[in-house]
Amino acid sequence: MSGATFDDMRDLYQEVILDHGRNPRHAKRLDDFDSTAKGDNPMCGDRVQVWLKFTPAGAIAATGFEARGCAISVASADLMAETVQGRDPADTRALFAAFRDMARTGTCPACDAALTEPMERLAPLSGVHEYPSRVKCATLPWHALIAALDGTKETSSE
Amino acid sequence: MNALSPPTFDVARIRRDFPILSQTIRGKPFVFLDSGASAQKPTAVIDAMRNAMETQYANVHRGLHWMSERTTEAYEAARDAIATLMNASDRHEIVITGSVTGSFNLMAHSFGRGVLKPGQAVLISAMEHHSNIVPWQMLRDERGIELRVAPITDAGELDMDAFEALLADGKVGLVSITHMSNVLGTVTPAARIVDLAHRYGAKVLFDGAQAIVHRKVDVQALGCDFYAWTGHKLYGPTGIGVLWGRRELLEQMPPFMGGGDMISSVSFEKSTWAQVPHKFEAGTPAILEGIGLKAAIDYVQAIGYDAIAAHEASLVDHALARLSAIPGLTVIGRAQDRGGVVSFTLDKAHSHDVATLLDRQGIAVRAGHHCAEPLMRRLGLDSTARATFGMYTTREEIDVLADTLLRVREFFSK
Repeated sequence: MSGATFDDMRDLYQEVILDHGRNPRHAKRLDDFDSTAKGDNPMCGDRVQVWLKFTPAGAIAATGFEARGCAISVASADLMAETVQGRDPADTRALFAAFRDMARTGTCPACDAALTEPMERLAPLSGVHEYPSRVKCATLPWHALIAALDGTKETSSE
Repeated sequence: MNALSPPTFDVARIRRDFPILSQTIRGKPFVFLDSGASAQKPTAVIDAMRNAMETQYANVHRGLHWMSERTTEAYEAARDAIATLMNASDRHEIVITGSVTGSFNLMAHSFGRGVLKPGQAVLISAMEHHSNIVPWQMLRDERGIELRVAPITDAGELDMDAFEALLADGKVGLVSITHMSNVLGTVTPAARIVDLAHRYGAKVLFDGAQAIVHRKVDVQALGCDFYAWTGHKLYGPTGIGVLWGRRELLEQMPPFMGGGDMISSVSFEKSTWAQVPHKFEAGTPAILEGIGLKAAIDYVQAIGYDAIAAHEASLVDHALARLSAIPGLTVIGRAQDRGGVVSFTLDKAHSHDVATLLDRQGIAVRAGHHCAEPLMRRLGLDSTARATFGMYTTREEIDVLADTLLRVREFFSK
């Protein structure tokens, strides 16, 4: 019993998750931003705020976030910030829909060719579908991101 | 062993009374350290509820037939068992509710709206469960009854000087406060709380949801005015709670919910209320749950609070010693008087990640804000992991927890 090495946890906590959870690259408030929104999960107390800067054409130029939560939610926020860079709002919403499917089911039935590359970057998070209570950890930053796109100030993963 | 020694506490025998504990989870022995959220049920409770459904069940308090009369007797025997458990002097002082949350909402409605006056205050503490916060906020916003919050010390104990200062202007009509914190394990100084509150003219309601699981509660000795708790944490079924109140106070309070079973007579012009406690018990009660709760109380009484408390005190000592030795682990709450609840944080891992890894080894703990967000803010935390103990918890399970936590930390330190 005491010899647990958690090798069987590597489906959920892949190295890239642990790395982005510990050393997130985008975990900062943007001083110069166009929109921001907060998300919280009232069941577990996780909180995240996302800041967005747009290009003149309306695509996402930069994403910053502050998260108080578990390794999954921080890593998900960081991978999200990386992946949505340069995407316009419609692409970003389509990506969120695909990501949410993957987090819930482990697969991406709606993924078309355009989503292949970004979904590969987000694939390390697919392990959460085995842990129903943790799916919202992965999707919470996305809810905040979409709320920032929508211009809503607050959202919840409920 | 002399005649005064408590009976030997045989945890292995007790565990055999709880069928669920013999399972394996994910291939590992089930280590259940979440009894503070809801306790497991002994065979005695399971059998009592099944027997009632198989052999003796009808609606209560209204049938003229044999089956209803027998069921009424069995259900009302629960009220007697509750009264004996709490040492209430009068079985009519036992109001059966749906949950401890139901008990607090009854109090906020019937005492808060029916007895307290605008301009008076309700005093709670900084370490209350949401169920002892939100009903009073609703009362405050609706009726202009002030809500005061007594602070706690860094050790997680009630700040008694501040508590007295908040009572000093005589406006507090009710002190509603935990008897044992569900996060910190702190047992509050009930006698001093009652003494101070009464000196300044306030009644006292204790939230005993945690306390009554771990120690003998004697409402006459405590001297309080109301005491609320819930069945499912005391090894009984869900869906049944208790509010004990002094009869003269219950009689001053208007009913909470209207309906059947709580009336004396009904006409379209006017209805009159049944006597206490029935005026607070509208509708068909939790009959099977009452029967199950009586079985749970009988089971606890047969083992005895002295033996349970001694066992749990040794578990807490062992847990504090083992967990404190883990690098980077901080035990949250260092109260002198405490029960079987140990909250902690790990420096390298968020409590949700800790809980998920422990779960993978068959160990069930709770992680999060434990329905006490204001307390979390006071402590400067977002969440903790929490291990809670029951009479069936073993030292070996705590060792498994501690050994596994060491490896959880390694996992997140790499």
